[in-house]
Amino acid sequence: MAAPHVSMRGVTRVFPTQKGALHALGPVDLDLRKGEFFAVVGPSGCGKSTLLEMIAGLAPPSAGTVEFEGRAIGSDVPDGVGVVFQENACFPWLNVADNITFGLRRLPVAKDEVARRLDYALGLMGLRDFAAAYPAQLSGGMRQRVCIARTLVTQPRLILLDEPFGALDQQTRLLMGDELLNLWRATGATVLLITHALDEAAMLADRVAVMSSRPGCILEIIETGWSADRDSRIVSDPAFGAVTGKLWGLLRDQSLNALGPAA
Amino acid sequence: MKAPLALIVLLLLLLWQGVHMLAGPDALAPPLQTIAYLGAQLPTPEFQAHILATGSAFALAVAIAIAGGLAIGLATGLSQTATEVVEPLLLAGNSIPKIALYPIVLLLFGIGMPAKVAFGAIHGVIPVAIFTMSACRNIAPVLLKSAAVMRLSRLDRIGSILLPAALPEIVTGLRMGFSLTLIGTVLGEMFGAQSGLGYLLMTAIGLQNTQVIMAVTLLLVVFAAGVSTALLAYERRLRSRT
Repeated sequence: MAAPHVSMRGVTRVFPTQKGALHALGPVDLDLRKGEFFAVVGPSGCGKSTLLEMIAGLAPPSAGTVEFEGRAIGSDVPDGVGVVFQENACFPWLNVADNITFGLRRLPVAKDEVARRLDYALGLMGLRDFAAAYPAQLSGGMRQRVCIARTLVTQPRLILLDEPFGALDQQTRLLMGDELLNLWRATGATVLLITHALDEAAMLADRVAVMSSRPGCILEIIETGWSADRDSRIVSDPAFGAVTGKLWGLLRDQSLNALGPAA
Repeated sequence: MKAPLALIVLLLLLLWQGVHMLAGPDALAPPLQTIAYLGAQLPTPEFQAHILATGSAFALAVAIAIAGGLAIGLATGLSQTATEVVEPLLLAGNSIPKIALYPIVLLLFGIGMPAKVAFGAIHGVIPVAIFTMSACRNIAPVLLKSAAVMRLSRLDRIGSILLPAALPEIVTGLRMGFSLTLIGTVLGEMFGAQSGLGYLLMTAIGLQNTQVIMAVTLLLVVFAAGVSTALLAYERRLRSRT
């Protein structure tokens, strides 16, 4: 079997608080295969965003190791990793085109190649008519597309998505899911999607990890078994219901735990 | 925007004329006469020397206030600990009536240009610092996380993310700093100077020359209001994007 693209061993995160140490996450052992679409679902507060931040090099683990392409990730952001956050991360003082090329212009990439990739990203994300617009003039879904495009143009080998559609309405989310699948197929990148939406995870991912309530651990990893050319229409497939049902079966008790004792 | 502005100016001139008619020419020179007098005075070398004295003192003071305020604000705003230490000092410093420090400034710098500049600058530096510091602290964390993900260097992060993100609020600080520095500079000239518009005002009061008083006041009002309005327009344009 090929070496995993991302490998986590005994990863733990403990936050110091006034009431003592808070064990937020772990120990987590997890391998991501190169080129797969992997989703993580879990009850709120289970540390799934923390998991992503540790892979992104934004927050070092308290214990354990994270490796990307065989190299240990410390507190530095590794090369070849792109992140899309839930919040609007567009730079409000730059127009759409300048937002998209912001990171790219800092890489050793020729000018005409920057223009080519910008054009490709504008087309793929349906932003061609808005290249000169400022983020404040766009809807939430459009702004998130700008952030996805900004990540995509740097051609990351690993794309981390932290609840990227959390602030969007259901229809927009389904359509953005399709765009995400197109992008994944077009780039061949490994994708890690953190989400609280079971249907989103079930529809998009090859494999879905279900996390427990805090301290978050991986309870089970479910193979969805979709073909690579899937799209949002699989929500009407009976197998889709079976996958979401299985995910909810695992998550229900954890979500109850996360809510606290029943009234 | 343009029509209401013209209307406000017209109303102010009418108010001025009204007060003149009520209070009499010994208290207030009328608008038209003042404008004519100012027009006649502006080309004279004596008047220009006063404008130059105030203008150069103010330019220097405002440059010091902005540079100092930005430096203090950025240095403290970038660190949680520094903010916690310096913010109470700045807020306390802001509440000190600066005029109380005037004797000390005079003792330190003597009568003349350096005292004017120093007195102007101490008025402006604190608001610029406070607004810059708060602007740095108010930046959405996700923008800084994005910068980290793009592997920006520290300098690039400050220049390309922090400053543009903080700019609207910094401009508010600059606007405040501008007005207060002008107040400080003119105030400094009133008591410890031998030239400048503040000095001119004080000598005119002694001679009860209402024409000079109103002409100098009009000049200062037009300058202050003009620059302040331009800065406000710039600030609004920046904020419309956030």
